[in-house]
Amino acid sequence: MTTIEPVPVVSPERPRRSFADGLRNGLPKLVLAPSFAIILVFVYGFILWTVYLSFTTSKMMPIYRWGGFDAYFRLWSQPNWYVAMQNLAIFGVLYIGICIAIGLFIAILMDQRIRAEGVLRPIFLYPMALSFVVTGTAWKWFLNPGLGLENTMHNLGWASFKFDWLVNPNMAIYTVVIAGVWQASGFVMAMFLAGLRGIDGEMIKAAQIDGASTVAIYRRIIIPLLRPVFLSAFIVLAHMAIKSYDLVIALTGGGPGNATELPSTFMYSYTFNRNQMAVGSASAVMMLMGITAIIVPYLYSELREKNQ
Amino acid sequence: MSGATETVSAGSARTARYFIYAALIVLALVYLLPLYVMLTTSLKSLDEIRGGDMLALPKDPSVAAWVKAWGEACIGVSCVGIKGYFWNSLKMVVPAVAISTLLGALNGYVLTKWRFPGHKIVFGMMLFACFIPFQAVLIPMARLLGAAGLSNSTAGLVFVHVVYGLGFTTLFFRNYYEAFPDELVKAAMIDGAGFFRIFWRIMLPTSGPIIVVTVIYQFTNIWNDFLFGVSFSSGEASPMTVALNNLVSSSTGVKEYNVDMAAAVFAALPTLFVYVVAGRYFVRGLMAGAVKG
Amino acid sequence: MSFLEIKNLRKKIGSVEILKGIDISLEKGGFLVLVGPSGCGKSTLLNAIAGLLPPSSGDIVIDGQVVTDLHPSKRDIAMVFQSYALYPNMTVEENIAFALEMRGVDKAARATAVAQVAKTLQIEHLLKRRPSQLSGGQRQRVAMGRALVRQPRVFLFDEPLSNLDAKLRVEVRAEIKSLHQNTNATIVYVTHDQIEAMTLATKIVVLKEGVVQQVGTPAEIYNRPANLFVADFMGSPAMNMLKGRAVVGGIALFGKDGVIVPIPPSVTGSLTEGKEVILGLRPEAITDESLADQTARSVARIEAAVTMIEPTGSDTFVTGKIDGASFTARTRADVPVELGQNFRFAFNLDKAVVFDPESGRRLD
Repeated sequence: MTTIEPVPVVSPERPRRSFADGLRNGLPKLVLAPSFAIILVFVYGFILWTVYLSFTTSKMMPIYRWGGFDAYFRLWSQPNWYVAMQNLAIFGVLYIGICIAIGLFIAILMDQRIRAEGVLRPIFLYPMALSFVVTGTAWKWFLNPGLGLENTMHNLGWASFKFDWLVNPNMAIYTVVIAGVWQASGFVMAMFLAGLRGIDGEMIKAAQIDGASTVAIYRRIIIPLLRPVFLSAFIVLAHMAIKSYDLVIALTGGGPGNATELPSTFMYSYTFNRNQMAVGSASAVMMLMGITAIIVPYLYSELREKNQ
Repeated sequence: MSGATETVSAGSARTARYFIYAALIVLALVYLLPLYVMLTTSLKSLDEIRGGDMLALPKDPSVAAWVKAWGEACIGVSCVGIKGYFWNSLKMVVPAVAISTLLGALNGYVLTKWRFPGHKIVFGMMLFACFIPFQAVLIPMARLLGAAGLSNSTAGLVFVHVVYGLGFTTLFFRNYYEAFPDELVKAAMIDGAGFFRIFWRIMLPTSGPIIVVTVIYQFTNIWNDFLFGVSFSSGEASPMTVALNNLVSSSTGVKEYNVDMAAAVFAALPTLFVYVVAGRYFVRGLMAGAVKG
Repeated sequence: MSFLEIKNLRKKIGSVEILKGIDISLEKGGFLVLVGPSGCGKSTLLNAIAGLLPPSSGDIVIDGQVVTDLHPSKRDIAMVFQSYALYPNMTVEENIAFALEMRGVDKAARATAVAQVAKTLQIEHLLKRRPSQLSGGQRQRVAMGRALVRQPRVFLFDEPLSNLDAKLRVEVRAEIKSLHQNTNATIVYVTHDQIEAMTLATKIVVLKEGVVQQVGTPAEIYNRPANLFVADFMGSPAMNMLKGRAVVGGIALFGKDGVIVPIPPSVTGSLTEGKEVILGLRPEAITDESLADQTARSVARIEAAVTMIEPTGSDTFVTGKIDGASFTARTRADVPVELGQNFRFAFNLDKAVVFDPESGRRLD
């Protein structure tokens, strides 16, 4: 890997470099500078601003009066925040777990020299192209207790069928899981499929000659080899779970009551609707810390491996 | 890797294949169901929806709901349909995608072919910016847009999407240019081409695949965005996703499910179109965004 | 007066010194080959000459002009890269003309120049194609065309043959050689292949770990290697290195029961008695008796056990062993030899060189 480095300081007896040469050396940095400045200010600067706000007594508008950890105390004494955290745990675990399970299952099926792969793959993947708002709208209708799935089953003759999760406070969070899994599992499938296609075929042939059954080959060789894909899928899904806002808003609006509150909806409503900007900021900082805890070690290891 | 089933005897292999195909077909139907329901509902009359079976095909398909969703449906207090919002989204997406892609290409070019001490830190910081929860920048951005007089404007949303899309576009181009041979750049330097000439004449013309990937990725993300739209715009300046949500969740008047679904189809159409036309690149884009570094 | 001059060139990357004070000069029309194992700094040196990698200190002078701080495009050099570095988005014609275009040469003049180069290299039929539609050999030729069209002061070649298969490599090597002879261009050429170095160069520079080991004509490098490294690196199979000791009247080889051979004529000075030495002898200087050089002044006939026989078709390499020390001889293809047999080898000491095992340097 050759790098193009800035020319070292010119010693007196050498011909002086012209102004044009100087410009040429600085040009790349000049081109990158605006983007970097934008990131620096609007990402890192704004994060610091938000952190600062979380230590103030801001309500409807930012007030730059120091409030210490007051906002954090208030955040962690909100029953709503606990509901949000609990929901995130349920949603996160199920969403990530089911997406990976279904994604891997479909990927393995698709990897069996399926004739119609070109038709099937887009079907599993298209939900990923949709907006969460569209997904939420579609599933809200599909799971509508009066007119949707329940009604359909009744029409089919299954009179006792009951599916009211969407309006049942105890179950509503699971409808978010269902819609989320529907949207993202096809993408996880595509990741696994790419991973499977990347496995050296000769290794599988060797295992077959060694007498391993298909199941054994998958369990002992292929799935362990897919470890990096598991990791990538986990990172992507965890990141989406923590950030997900639109899906809940479109599907349940955070309700019934606060039954599907997530940290993301909590942050938004406390900041913009309930005039508790400091608490909203504090919750945003908590979200950022959660994502940082997952992403930074991952990025660090990825970037380090790349350099070796 | 394929064909792990070869050692199984012929009979059980055939059974296994039947099972595989059956499972895949059932799964495919499940994945298609919401889209099917969305489409058929949008083509039904309200009476048919109330009385009938969600899974049934429309008895008397009509595009009345589509017409209404496009031009007459009430969003908030104005009853002019979603068409205005559709154009809002388009006016936001096109410049935001173009600007962020071009900047990403230049950044990737500098970060791979014109390295300077500290380039790793710069890239690392841009990469991490891809992952931050936007909630952590929402309040300051709202203040800034307000102060700059850009709140509730398309220009403001373009700016926001460029800022928070830069990390991704830079990542895509950096990874692509990383694999681009350094020798080509050296050859061009010896041939007498400068920084921008190398970029325009050598790098960009060979960046077709990654440009497509980046454009699709950015287009999908920006079109589908809801959080920035709902935070920084309101009323008639909202993008499509926000309008759709307002339409669907409004509790005034009679609930017109067919109109809701038609509006949802309109909101889904551009990204689905892109997906159908360039699905291959779409998947590659998602992967590139997923498998980082 | 030398045309290309490199003066005390140093390059540090991080804390590692890649080039440790290189001094080289090359006359106009010379063909300089930089050779050495990977990581020896030869590519760094070439990149420094090209201006792609600024040196930490030292100077590069082309035709009397100090170019050390000049941009690559202003040095009037052309470079052929290992990967050929053809612009994939341009046709062959556009590739060759690109440098002229960048220099503001008008269209008609470009076309003339391209046509002329294409004729020289016999690639006229490829001009409208893109690099991806060319074979490896064709790409190589286009890369040379791109360099030739400029008529630069110095041509730089960075391992240009390493991506070709063996047969093509020999062909293109011959083409480069005749190109040099016909155009009288000044060339600096990097390779790790010692055969390429021997066949092409008018001057070879052997590099190791950023230090010049030896500069000389191919014959000097091959016959009178300056040290053990050069001796071992140049030539295949490698030079035999036999441990010995200076005794009265010669050098004792192969331990106690060994033989005493006369001091080779390459050593003009005297050897202290009892001094440990290494006798270097190329495989072709050890052969079966019938093939021994009749004009040689000093030939030692030594019997050794045969431990390996490797026929190559044209010759047969025979490995002999005495008292744990092995050597390789190059014999006739049809030499009557069998494994395990004791065989009489003829050692042509006229061709031998002697090294000091401590410093590794050749003793004169």
